[in-house]
Amino acid sequence: MKYLMLVCGDENGDFSGVDLDPTAWVEEMTARGAREDGHRLAPTSTATTVRRRGTEVLVSDGPFAETKEQVGGFDIIEAADLDEAIEIASKHPVARIGTIEIRPFWDQ
Amino acid sequence: MGVEEAVAAAFRSDWGRIVATLIRTTGDWDLAEECAQDAFARALETWPDGAPDKPGAWLTTVARNRALDRLRRAGVEAAKLREVALLPAPEVPPADESGIADDRLRLLFTCCHPALPLEARVALTLRTLTGLTTAEIARALLTSEPTMAKRLVRAKHKIRAAGIPYRVPPSEALPERLDGVLAVVYLLFNEGYAASTGDVLVRRNLCDEAIRLASLLVRSMPHSETFGLAALLLLQHSRRAARVAVDGRLVTLDRQDRSQWDQEAIADGLALLARADGDGPYALQARIAAGHAVAPTADDTDWRRISELYATLLAVTGSPVVALNRAVAVGMADGPEAGLRLVEEIESSGNLTDYHLLPAVKGDLLECSGRADEARSSYERALGMATNELDRDHLRRRVAALGSADPLVVRRLRDV
Repeated sequence: MKYLMLVCGDENGDFSGVDLDPTAWVEEMTARGAREDGHRLAPTSTATTVRRRGTEVLVSDGPFAETKEQVGGFDIIEAADLDEAIEIASKHPVARIGTIEIRPFWDQ
Repeated sequence: MGVEEAVAAAFRSDWGRIVATLIRTTGDWDLAEECAQDAFARALETWPDGAPDKPGAWLTTVARNRALDRLRRAGVEAAKLREVALLPAPEVPPADESGIADDRLRLLFTCCHPALPLEARVALTLRTLTGLTTAEIARALLTSEPTMAKRLVRAKHKIRAAGIPYRVPPSEALPERLDGVLAVVYLLFNEGYAASTGDVLVRRNLCDEAIRLASLLVRSMPHSETFGLAALLLLQHSRRAARVAVDGRLVTLDRQDRSQWDQEAIADGLALLARADGDGPYALQARIAAGHAVAPTADDTDWRRISELYATLLAVTGSPVVALNRAVAVGMADGPEAGLRLVEEIESSGNLTDYHLLPAVKGDLLECSGRADEARSSYERALGMATNELDRDHLRRRVAALGSADPLVVRRLRDV
C-alpha cells in the first residue's frame, strides 16, 4: 500500500543539539524499497493559499490553517500494511521532536 | 438441553472463532458477521430435527458455504473462492509468524490496534468477538444505537482503508501491543462492573465476555500481566452477588456478606495469580484483590500487606487515585493519622482537586481521629463535588451520623 507521510513540527522551535538530518533514514528506506519520493518544504512564511469561488480566484498569504506544528516535508512510502508504515515513520528523525501523520492513498 | 439453549451455548463458544476465520479468508468484516449470523439462524431452524454432533464444525461449514455463495454471486475470482472453500476446520487453524494459531487472537489484536480510537476498539471487540448486537453494545456503553453503528462502520472502514493488518504482531512489537489488548479487555470488564446504570443483564454479560477473552489470552500468551489481568477479573467478579443490595445500592467491601462470594472464582483467580511472577500493574492489583478475597471477615484483612502493595503499585503507575487508595490502606494498617498525612500530601501536590473521593476519604480519616468538626467540613466539600446520587446520599448519611454517640452507627456507615 502507498502512504503519504506528512512530516510536521514546530518550525520556530529551537532544536539545537538534536540531529534532525534525515539523510541516513532516506538512504535506508530507499535501499529497502520503502521510500519512493519526498522532499523538505520551505517554511510556511512562503506559503500561499488559493481558492476559487465561482469565477473569482482568492489568493492569500500563509498556510490554510494556523497550527502549532506545521508540515515541513513529505515522503511517499510503500509498505505492506499500516504496521510497517508506522515502523518506517517512527524511525524518521523528526518523529522524536515533532509529529508524523500517515495517510493511505485514496483507494478506488 | 433445549434447542435454543444449545444454539446459545454454541453462540458463546463459537461465534468469535467463526467470524475471525471468515474475516481472515474473505477479508470482508461485514460478510463474515452476516454469514455467521445466518449460520446461527439456520441452526435455530434445523436443529429441532436433530442437533449435529459437532455444533462448532456444523456452524463453520454453514457459514463458509454461505460466504462462498455470496462471493460467487458477487463474481469473485476462483483463487479467492478456493481459499474460502479450503477454510480449515476450527481445530486446525494455521499458525502465523508469531507462532499463534488462533484466529480470534488475530481478530483481537486487530480490533485493539492503537490506530483506532479507544471507544471503537471496545465496541469492535464486543461486536466481532463476542457477537453482541449493535443495540446491546450501545446499551452497555451508554450511547445511542445510531452513534454506535456509526462508530463501528468508521472503525471497519479505517481498518480496510489504512491497511491495519490482520495478525498477531511479531515478537518485537508484541509486549507493547499486548498492553493495549489487556487495557481493552480491562475496560470492557469495568464497563460491566463499575457503573450502576444501564441494562443489568447486558452489563453482566460484558464481565463474562471480558473473563472469556482474558482466559483466551492466558492460554496463548502466558505473560505475567496476562495472568495478572485474568486473576484480577475473576477475583473482582467473585464478589458480584454480594456487592449490590436488594434496593440496587452498591455494598462496599467491608459490609459485604462474604458467604456470597464465589469461592470457585476466587480459587481460579488465586491459581492464575500464582503464575503472575512480575510486578506489573495488573498483577499488583490482583494481589490487592486477593488480599481481600482471602480474608474471612473485613476485620481479618491484612491491611499492612495491602498498603505495601499499593505503595508498589503507586511506584509503577504514579496514579494519584492509587495514592488515595494507599492512604486508605495505610489508615487501616497504621491508624487514621498516618492515612491523613498521605491524604494531605496528595492535596498539596495539586492532584485530584475535582475528585469528590479525596475530601470523602479525608473526612473519614478525620472522623476516625475524633476530629468531628473538620470531618464535617470535609464531607460537605465532598458533597459539593459529587454528582452521582448514590454517592451524595451516602455522604449525607455520614454527615448526619457525625457526633452520634452510638459507635455502631458510625461503624455501620463506615465504608470508604
